[in-house]
Amino acid sequence: MTVANPRLAADTARVRGSVDMTHGAGGRAMAELIRDIFHKHLANQYLAQGNDGALLGNVSGRLVMAADSHVISPLFFPGGDIGALSVHGTVNDVAMMGARPLWLSASFILEEGFSLAELEKIVVSMALAARQAGVPVVTGDTKVVEKGKGDGVFISTTGIGVLSEATDIAGSNARPGDAIIASGTMGDHGIAILSKRENLDFETEILSDTQPLNDLVAAMLAAVPGIRVLRDPTRGGLSATLNEIAHQSKVGMVIKERAVPVKPEVAAACELLGLDPLNVANEGKVIAICAAHDAATLLASMRTHPKGHDAAIIGEVVADEHALVTTHTRLGGMRVVDWIAGEQLPRIC
Amino acid sequence: MKYVDEYRDQELARTVAAAIAAEVDHGRSYHFMEFCGGHTHAIFRYGVQDLMPENVHFVHGPGCPVCVLPVSRLDDAVELAERHGVILCTYGDMMRVPDTKQRNLIRAKADGADVRMVYSTLDALRIARENPDRQVVFFAIGFETTTPPTAAALKAAEAEGLKNFSVFCNHVLTPPAISHILQSPEVRDLGIVKIDGFLGPSHVSSVIGSRPYEFFAEEFQKPIVIAGFEPLDVMQSVLMLIRQVNEGRHEVENEYIRVVTEEGNFKAQALVSEVFELRKSFAWRGLGIIPKSALRVRDAYADFDAEKRFELSVKASREAKSCECPSILRGVKKPTDCKLFATVCTPQNPIGSCMVSPEGACAAYWTYGRFREQQPSKLEPAE
Ligand code: SF4
Repeated sequence: MTVANPRLAADTARVRGSVDMTHGAGGRAMAELIRDIFHKHLANQYLAQGNDGALLGNVSGRLVMAADSHVISPLFFPGGDIGALSVHGTVNDVAMMGARPLWLSASFILEEGFSLAELEKIVVSMALAARQAGVPVVTGDTKVVEKGKGDGVFISTTGIGVLSEATDIAGSNARPGDAIIASGTMGDHGIAILSKRENLDFETEILSDTQPLNDLVAAMLAAVPGIRVLRDPTRGGLSATLNEIAHQSKVGMVIKERAVPVKPEVAAACELLGLDPLNVANEGKVIAICAAHDAATLLASMRTHPKGHDAAIIGEVVADEHALVTTHTRLGGMRVVDWIAGEQLPRIC
Repeated sequence: MKYVDEYRDQELARTVAAAIAAEVDHGRSYHFMEFCGGHTHAIFRYGVQDLMPENVHFVHGPGCPVCVLPVSRLDDAVELAERHGVILCTYGDMMRVPDTKQRNLIRAKADGADVRMVYSTLDALRIARENPDRQVVFFAIGFETTTPPTAAALKAAEAEGLKNFSVFCNHVLTPPAISHILQSPEVRDLGIVKIDGFLGPSHVSSVIGSRPYEFFAEEFQKPIVIAGFEPLDVMQSVLMLIRQVNEGRHEVENEYIRVVTEEGNFKAQALVSEVFELRKSFAWRGLGIIPKSALRVRDAYADFDAEKRFELSVKASREAKSCECPSILRGVKKPTDCKLFATVCTPQNPIGSCMVSPEGACAAYWTYGRFREQQPSKLEPAE
């Protein structure tokens, strides 16, 4: 997502210089930083309360809370940046419970020397992401660490959402016979990040898929309230997600490699780097598991939504006490789809 | 993806599988060793075994450079980083290989050593340029394929007059290892699995050509097919091997004609021989000492040889006792024959070298093949 904000140029010109220890010291510099960057862009009625916490008011329904921390290199990447990612990550974590995300908190750990103009760019992008998702950032915090003790910016976000009584979504709900559906192409985010790593610059412009999924999930739940499992295949990609669910539900899974949507340029980049697209991270996709008789309805509802038009049934849940995830390979054989051992990629999120 | 998809096409695979099924002699069995980890990986990654008749077996050979690097060399690398305080540059896989004390370079890095993962020798050179006050050592490993880039980096460092760059050379050679598997004294103790032919390492041959294998085909009377790394390459090569076996031939054939020639790449060969020379012998992990099986930096480039620049104290080291890598690298045993497989030894906690690199036989077996032990394989119905 590119941030098209006409005010940005003027703003960044005004906010010159870089973060120093006074920005975290609780004095005037910190108050100005909060006023001129955070409150200015993220403005909403809750931040305007100006207290140490936000008073949120009554909610009816069960509450869901999720936390996520973001350390990423590079901070700006094709299709997004750490600011947008930190909103999407937490909004999606709440949405994956089947809940409607309501509010976010954001904590920043800034490294001494980090450019204030860059920080503002990040906050502007965060504000836009929060607006698009319809989930305001209602409270926050800032700390500064000495130069060399951070990596520019770390952002932690927490999200609160509300869940209807009828919804029961959990990783342990998958049953043999269920269908496994992916909302779109796999691996876009991880490859977009890698493509900008030092020394790995390759030609194709692959954009990260980072996006909020709460609207897509709401549409899916409206079509099939009985969805059993929802999960966003972030770190570790599809393989890790399916293995997690398989272990939680004590079932096996069989997917079809050819049915898993992968963009040709992502497949090509994976080929070049010796990676498996099934192991590569996503930030704007959901994996859903539902009863076989609901699969067609769910798929149809996803495909009519702009964030799910490449959705596909990629496999089925099977009974297997070993909780193995296997795939029919492109070639016609079988293999295990394993989670990766340790770190396959340099750190990506 | 043009030029790749066509080597993974299911219809073509079925055609080749049918040809193989039609040509195998059901009265006998066929054991083919793929020397190279790239083939092992392709076989597991695409489930090639599922498309083979029951009596065609793959024997996984020693062709993963990470797997065959002796622990003592890793101990040396850790010493370079920890005692000599160099910036040690290495390819990712090397970071996880356990050393004598069951530590690895990731651990050494966490404990303060400056270890950096690089994607190419160019990264290592760049790091040297950017850190003129630090010694930078490139931890070089690999078979014939990765040797020319190391040679090129050495030459570039010399041309630039880089005073802080050196190479810790662990490059090894394929042909001596194949001979060793077939005729070493250990064969008597460990026994040798039946090998009816070899899938030859294609990337190696893109450098050295197919000619160096003619000797084996003749001497050991084993057919060799230089095979590409795509699954259909492997299948086609198996078909070619089966034909040779059935006809009683033992020749070097080349399936990978789109890249490999008889002579190989002269330029790369010249570059390598300018910078490197044969070591008298080299200890391979799991295979023991093999004469004339590895390269070292020539005296003319001694300034860029980390072994000369730094005094290394490590001499010998022990391997984990129950690890069956020596037998697995020779194709005598399967990973599941090892007591430690999947119990103590997993990719998260590799005990032996075969579990470390994704191309190692144990790791490939764990990652892609372990379901075979648990359930009969099911083929996808034709669509
Ligand atoms: S399973 Fe582990 S210990 Fe056993 S042979 Fe393989 S690498 Fe060695």
